[in-house]
Amino acid sequence: MSKWAKRIYASLIFLFLYAPIIVLIVFSFNAGKYSGNWEGFSFRWYQELVDNSSIMKALYYTLTVAFASSIIATIIGTFAAFGIHHMRPVKKTIMLNVNNIPVLNPDIVTGVALMTLFGFVKMKFGVSTMLIAHITFNIPYVILSVLPKLKQLPQDALEAAMDLGATPWYAFRKVIFPEILPGIVTGCLIAFTLSVDDFVISFFTTGNGVTNLSIAIFSMARRGIKPVINALSTIMFGTVLGLLLIVNRRTGDLSELDV
Amino acid sequence: MKKFASLLLIFVFVASMLAGCAGGGEDQVTLNVYNWGDYIDESILEDFEAETGIRVNYEMFATNEDMYVKIKQGGTKYDIAFPSDYMIEKMQNEDMLHKIDMSKVPNYSLIMDEFKGLDFDPNEEFSVPYMWGTVGILYNKSLVTDPVDSWDILWDEKYKGNILMMDSQRDTLMVALKKLGYSMNTRNVDELEEAKQLLIDQKPLVLAYVGDNAKDMMMSEEAAMAVVWSGEAIQVMTEMDGFEYAYPKEGTNLWFDSIVIPKTSEHVEEAHMFIDFLNREDIAFRNADYIGYSSPNTGAVEQISDELKAMSAAYPDMSKLDNAEVFLDPGSFIEEFNRVWTELKAQ
Repeated sequence: MSKWAKRIYASLIFLFLYAPIIVLIVFSFNAGKYSGNWEGFSFRWYQELVDNSSIMKALYYTLTVAFASSIIATIIGTFAAFGIHHMRPVKKTIMLNVNNIPVLNPDIVTGVALMTLFGFVKMKFGVSTMLIAHITFNIPYVILSVLPKLKQLPQDALEAAMDLGATPWYAFRKVIFPEILPGIVTGCLIAFTLSVDDFVISFFTTGNGVTNLSIAIFSMARRGIKPVINALSTIMFGTVLGLLLIVNRRTGDLSELDV
Repeated sequence: MKKFASLLLIFVFVASMLAGCAGGGEDQVTLNVYNWGDYIDESILEDFEAETGIRVNYEMFATNEDMYVKIKQGGTKYDIAFPSDYMIEKMQNEDMLHKIDMSKVPNYSLIMDEFKGLDFDPNEEFSVPYMWGTVGILYNKSLVTDPVDSWDILWDEKYKGNILMMDSQRDTLMVALKKLGYSMNTRNVDELEEAKQLLIDQKPLVLAYVGDNAKDMMMSEEAAMAVVWSGEAIQVMTEMDGFEYAYPKEGTNLWFDSIVIPKTSEHVEEAHMFIDFLNREDIAFRNADYIGYSSPNTGAVEQISDELKAMSAAYPDMSKLDNAEVFLDPGSFIEEFNRVWTELKAQ
């Protein structure tokens, strides 16, 4: 009895989570323009998506900034986490609190603050300002992902490696780095997701024709979201799903990811 | 070492991609155009580039207030923007707009006379109308048996659970104010409070306060009537039969989105050329055809299908707009509007 109850409960949860996405996917194949009206199966919107240069441009900027900002933030965040981990207690607490500020701040405060800063130094708004903004709000999340893994390490692993003759850099690469790698990967993925998802901060820190998907989609609020966005979302969902399946196959079993 | 090297390689690659696309084409004149989402036929921008050699950087915003913040902040030097009526007044009061030299925009003569010298720009100096419309009641002819000619029908018990109101502060408060016979631009707190109470009384009859999904809900017959912008009504009525759009006799909101040149512009001459291009007969028609809203350009209207011209939602008999008002900038009184709306939504 309870096995069936568990199964039904789990399926309900998944249903609630995925029902909107399924509707979105189904209506991306709708020949008609409005979701109130199913007019038959068609690839029309996928064709229009490829032809629509402004959405493709937004997609390009979204992915480019997401990749670049997540990689840069991961590099900076990993080294920062390493540094914070080895700090004395008082300084450590202060740094951790400072680190939490971008996480706890409402996006609009961060966005307007960055916009004011960039205006103050008279920077030209565009890809560079958006990239800097994304790196800024990504770094804390990377630090928060890597620190727990550092805590799990034996305290003197680094010292032991150096006692055995390793240079500090070699010790870091071969001893510390492989152990904290799951935390780094998690941090990178979180950073990537946040970057793709971001609207408010991107809106206030971009300009000169640079836009990302979130801004493009949000700006359609008044006129209604075009089904082209359904097609794009379906493709993105399919890509992420495919990548996850491939990664899971390669890794063997899920416990290795240690998320 | 390999992992680190490959990571570094990726970083360098991505960084160079970004640097590369940031560089290019600095010597070509570029116009920064800031418009609502999905509010222009984008092939027009390509044609403009082909004809004049002026590049267009096209950005989109979701609300007037967002646009205002971005322009005021000055990070991007916008040359062209498309604000709505009250926002133009506000920007003009804050000296954010360039004067438009109409002699450099010869196609301005094609704008309908009724739409020249509007309340927010009486001397025709700062704006050129782009699209216009109204707010009214879209209703399903088979589900609504009474004649629809007044805002009162939205308070009719017979249609309980079948009414959709707009999730827009000024438009919904406008409905209540007009029904009570007051001006939508009132600065009288008592009148606002009365409107708020009227809307609170209406709440049990309302299915939902909706945004752009009013179209979908009406077409799938989830509701019998909805307060919508004329553009939405046009889209529904061209898509499906059985609907009608009514202009309440107490009057309604007449809205305009117009083209302006912000003072941040560094290419004022080219901005004038762009405005003139948009108002050329063939271009204005293509635009009106794509957007589906009502165009103020006579050259465009001439080429529009007779079916659309006959639709009262799109091009009504002007007498229907006798009691219509245009939104004015409420100034500091917006605080009262905000407060009333918050209290209404909280109920």
